[in-house]
Amino acid sequence: MNKVKLEGIRDGYNKRFDCIDKRIIICAGTGCVANGAMGIYDEFIRQLDEAGINVIVELDKEEEGTLVSKSGCQGFCQMGPLVTIIPGKTMYTKVRVSDVSEIIETSILKDGTVERLIYRNIETGEGCPSVDDIPFYKKQSRTVLKNCGLMDPSDIDEYIARGGYFAAEKAVASMSSEEICKVVKESGLRGRGGGGFPTGTKWELAMKENSADKYIICNGDEGDPGAFMDRSIMEGNPHSVIEGMLIAARAVGANAGYVYVRMEYPLAVARMKAAVRKAEEYGIIGEGAFEDRIDFKITVMEGAGAFVCGEETALIASIEGKRGMPSPKPPYPSTSGLFGKPTVINNVETLATIPIVLGNGAGEFMNTGTERSRGTKTFALTGHVRNTGLIEVPFGTTLREIIVDIAGGVVDNDGNPCGVDFKAVQIGGPSGGCLTKEHLDLPLDYESLKSVGAMVGSGGLVVMNQQTCMVGIARFFMKFTQNESCGKCIVCREGTKQMLALLDDITEGRADETTIPLLSELAGVVKVGSLCGLGKSAPNPVLSSLEFFKDEYIEHVVNKRCPTGSCKALARYMIIEEKCKGCGLCARKCPVDAITGEKGMAYRIDADKCIKCGACIEACRLSAVAMG
Amino acid sequence: MKMKKRIYIDNIETTVNDERNLLEVIRAAGIDIPTFCYHSEISIYGACRLCMVEVDGKGLVPSCSTIPEDGMRVRTNTAEIRKMRKMIVELTLASHDMSCPTCAKSADCKLQDLARRMGVDEVRFKKRAPKKPIDRASESLVRDPNKCVLCGDCVRVCDEVQGIGAIDFAFRGSESTVTPCFGKNLDKVECVYCGQCVRVCPTGAILPKSHISEVWEAINDPELTVVAQLAPAVRVAIGESFGLEPGTNSTGQIVAALRKMGFDKVYDTSFAADLTIMEETNEFLGRIENGNKMPMFTSCCPGWVKFAEQYYPEYLDNISTCASPQQMFGSLCKKTYQRSGASSAEKLRVVSIMPCTAKKFEAARPEFTKEYGRDVDYVLTTRELALMIEESGLRFPSLAPDSFDMPFGFKTGGGVIFGSSGGVTEAVLRYAVEKVTGETNFGYVFESVRGNKGIKSAIVDLSGNKLRFGIVMGLGNARKLMESIKSGEEHYDFVEVMACPGGCVGGGGQPVPENMETTVRRSRGLYENDRMLQLHKSQENPYVSELYDKLLVSPNSHMAHELLHTSYKPRQRTEGDDVSILSGQADDRTEITFCFGTGCFVKGAQELLKETVDFIREADIADSFDIKATFCHENCSRGPVVDYDGEMIEKCTFDKIVSRMSAVRAGKE
Repeated sequence: MNKVKLEGIRDGYNKRFDCIDKRIIICAGTGCVANGAMGIYDEFIRQLDEAGINVIVELDKEEEGTLVSKSGCQGFCQMGPLVTIIPGKTMYTKVRVSDVSEIIETSILKDGTVERLIYRNIETGEGCPSVDDIPFYKKQSRTVLKNCGLMDPSDIDEYIARGGYFAAEKAVASMSSEEICKVVKESGLRGRGGGGFPTGTKWELAMKENSADKYIICNGDEGDPGAFMDRSIMEGNPHSVIEGMLIAARAVGANAGYVYVRMEYPLAVARMKAAVRKAEEYGIIGEGAFEDRIDFKITVMEGAGAFVCGEETALIASIEGKRGMPSPKPPYPSTSGLFGKPTVINNVETLATIPIVLGNGAGEFMNTGTERSRGTKTFALTGHVRNTGLIEVPFGTTLREIIVDIAGGVVDNDGNPCGVDFKAVQIGGPSGGCLTKEHLDLPLDYESLKSVGAMVGSGGLVVMNQQTCMVGIARFFMKFTQNESCGKCIVCREGTKQMLALLDDITEGRADETTIPLLSELAGVVKVGSLCGLGKSAPNPVLSSLEFFKDEYIEHVVNKRCPTGSCKALARYMIIEEKCKGCGLCARKCPVDAITGEKGMAYRIDADKCIKCGACIEACRLSAVAMG
Repeated sequence: MKMKKRIYIDNIETTVNDERNLLEVIRAAGIDIPTFCYHSEISIYGACRLCMVEVDGKGLVPSCSTIPEDGMRVRTNTAEIRKMRKMIVELTLASHDMSCPTCAKSADCKLQDLARRMGVDEVRFKKRAPKKPIDRASESLVRDPNKCVLCGDCVRVCDEVQGIGAIDFAFRGSESTVTPCFGKNLDKVECVYCGQCVRVCPTGAILPKSHISEVWEAINDPELTVVAQLAPAVRVAIGESFGLEPGTNSTGQIVAALRKMGFDKVYDTSFAADLTIMEETNEFLGRIENGNKMPMFTSCCPGWVKFAEQYYPEYLDNISTCASPQQMFGSLCKKTYQRSGASSAEKLRVVSIMPCTAKKFEAARPEFTKEYGRDVDYVLTTRELALMIEESGLRFPSLAPDSFDMPFGFKTGGGVIFGSSGGVTEAVLRYAVEKVTGETNFGYVFESVRGNKGIKSAIVDLSGNKLRFGIVMGLGNARKLMESIKSGEEHYDFVEVMACPGGCVGGGGQPVPENMETTVRRSRGLYENDRMLQLHKSQENPYVSELYDKLLVSPNSHMAHELLHTSYKPRQRTEGDDVSILSGQADDRTEITFCFGTGCFVKGAQELLKETVDFIREADIADSFDIKATFCHENCSRGPVVDYDGEMIEKCTFDKIVSRMSAVRAGKE
């Protein structure tokens, strides 16, 4: 492979692309697939064929027809399955198999738009025929995710046609290790996996090590509940990850690389494997790549699903075939990593950013983001918001912009909009902390989040409305980390177990005045005493909710009451006297005879007998039974 | 000259010598930072978090994995550190079963000691773990996971020092547990019972299986004669349990204590060691003469013997047929007592006191069980004896020394140094040189085979015949040496293997040493004992000579073989029950067992089994057969192997099975 060949492939693809008439892109991200995208894909092919249109699935020769392709995640998962028509970038949302014929009729055979399937702006009610009109996309800066959703991840030619592998070619053919490290360092790119360590510095450390064997590892063991940024990149643009690894290999002098993907991402595994094969075929990686200028072999490995294997030393142990447990640092992987050799471990998103940094230069990359956090960051947006999905914004974007402009505002438990009447955002998953109303205008970056006890983490963003119990949320994340603790160091293993037990006590009414002080003392010890990042950050959800929502904790402990009514064990059922007409229906439905009273008079619930089954609430036609 | 690094520990300037990490520097400076998971001889694990110290500019760091840097300022005792250590101990106690008063480890339990030192006066956390079953299945060791603090010391010593890996972590998080593979018990796995895990375990989670109550019961039974044999390494270590320095020779006190406790006779295993030298040296010289398989390996260490049976069965013919001194003693004692009429073998109980946990397994081996019962009935470890002495209320250090009973209480220095790595080789040399050269006037010290190196080798010229001696301690080293012998890279004539670092002085039944220095001092104690004795060469032991005159005739005689030698068996197969595939109802059934070991499996054992079962079912003769699958008949090169009613069919095919069936049927008809 060389630059001329790359240009040849690019021009060839563009020529073939120019021949086609229309392109239908069906989002084949995991979310859309789960909603039936594959059936829609098949249906398009079937019906187009029936309509006598030349259906092109693989764009391998110059011919007229309609190109039907599957893409990676397009991000707007809430509205999936998504179908986009090129030209025009018309996006159809919540498409069903039964819609296919109408889309073909209107948008393929003619140049019209199926109005009922396009996204409507919720405020104005206006239709958004093009992707670019949809507020969800309009307010983002999709850079790393730019090609995800627009291209066919299995078509290496399309990746090259969109400028792919030109940065790698430049690095391999005309840049020294030092020069590459310098550009990456200058760009200010920091690790997207959570720690935020400067990528260029990491590479430089490994570069300076004197060793015949060095390794590049792509960390695709994304395990935060609700996070799917890395998965989307691997599924939607696997070649960008390979290109990033190749550049990293060139920079540090590595000859082998591993892509470590969690087993629960079968599609990402399959796409990465296929992409590696293609890149080998093209002489981009593997033996004799780029006309013998670099020898870099990539192996795709599946993790067994342990969250802690996202921690670099545990991940290395896992690749080596050992139990996935972290080891003390030093030695750092840059000195002694995989098989004891200098190793660079970068997150998927970091690696996918590398071709952009190198391709456009450090200067341009520095134009986005904040002083110390350059570039953009992807987030998986979930929780009580109107638009959930995968987003990408520049560092420095405020929470308000994300929640209001992109996510379309907060919704209540039934999905009804309630503006910004939100309670908190959990950022950075189980390792992060919560942000509250007072942080709405905080520009998000590594430092600002750290200063308020949260972290960028890998980018999970869970928005919570006023009906959410913060103790319950802290408990939820603690249960996660204690389950995922590898069990190696005492502090994390026993500490998370006991923190969870204390949170159980609080949410189940067994806590007393010693519980909260003990919880925060223990959280402090786990935070500084744990061996690895998992343990060190495990107390964050507890510590930050204790800081911002201490009253809620106290209410649980002192009055044995959950202000949001979410903690079932604390819920008390009672009959509102003013509303009760004394019909006795609830008493008849109660399975444990906890309700007594006289006909025509207000009934009463014996709290000691009540098993909180909720039968009385369902039975009462006057909404006279309430939980408090 | 390179300037030494200087650091400041609690504001006191300290020089960094050759310490490998901050923890060692701090300890060298006289501050005993607590740890569970740090042992100088195994890898750094960083899990107990007790060794955290505050370093200027870095905050709290684990000192075990921090490299000292010049000018570093370290604080070891801040309020935060104290709070954290206390909390760690408190958390550990919450997941520990805290049955301290009834735990055999109570006196030297690190967890208990730390709880006291850290001033943990209450455990504020609740216990949440259900009780896990205790593994008492092996002859040597008892594992109690309820007392395990998961420091991983046992896992690493077994893997890194001994090269076995019989135990490892299973499950995750708070469910984590140390266990043999597939949750089996220790008697079903590759454990060689060396007890190095016991040596490093900070709590009572792995302990030697106690024979204390059985021994008391025997002593208290007026019908029985109970004799003791005392292994060499015990005498230089037991004092540590009573506040004496390592290496202090307490032979006289031990004998006195055993007598006061009610043993009828007290003998010395070193006598049997002298006897071993006579047998083993003659066997060795005979092998050279007859051009037999070389090298010859020693056989006195039961951990090594089981190791060889498991991993190097092709070398079993190379292992000396001599039983270990413990077993020679047992067999000889029962024989002579019976012959002299002092006691019938049935009414005689031989109790050995050993530094070793594997000796308990050895005593129970079927080879050493005769018609009258075991040659050695009970094995007490050094620590068990110390407990019995305490139980008896004896003030050990101030006991008036007493001497062994004769004749089995007499030994030479050659029999004493057996307890140290290199000792057996040296004792063999003391005899071999004399026997080959006829020379008697030579120094008895062979410095080249002494020392604390994992693998030592020495070339000794025996009348122009340059013989290579290899001496190994630690089974990890043994594996390295075996591989080098196997590959032809190394050649030896004689190899001494001791499973434990330092030899028997570092055995798993000894008081828990502070560090490897303790083991070195014990060794020194044995060599000192050798120096103080009148005789140093086993062949000079007058009672051994008398024994040959009266009973054994000569070394390696028929009688010697009957009493003093043994045999070995390969142990490659996975222990465990066979898997029943089909079991018939008829009274007269044929049992066919298919080997499903890897070798046979890849050669088609599964298809063969399926074909056979299908055939039997179709022919409607299923009631007349028991079909089973088993793991490894250890005949892998000739697989698939099928055991047809006791007859092994090698390279078995379906046709062979069918023709065997018809032959049997024809025979019956």
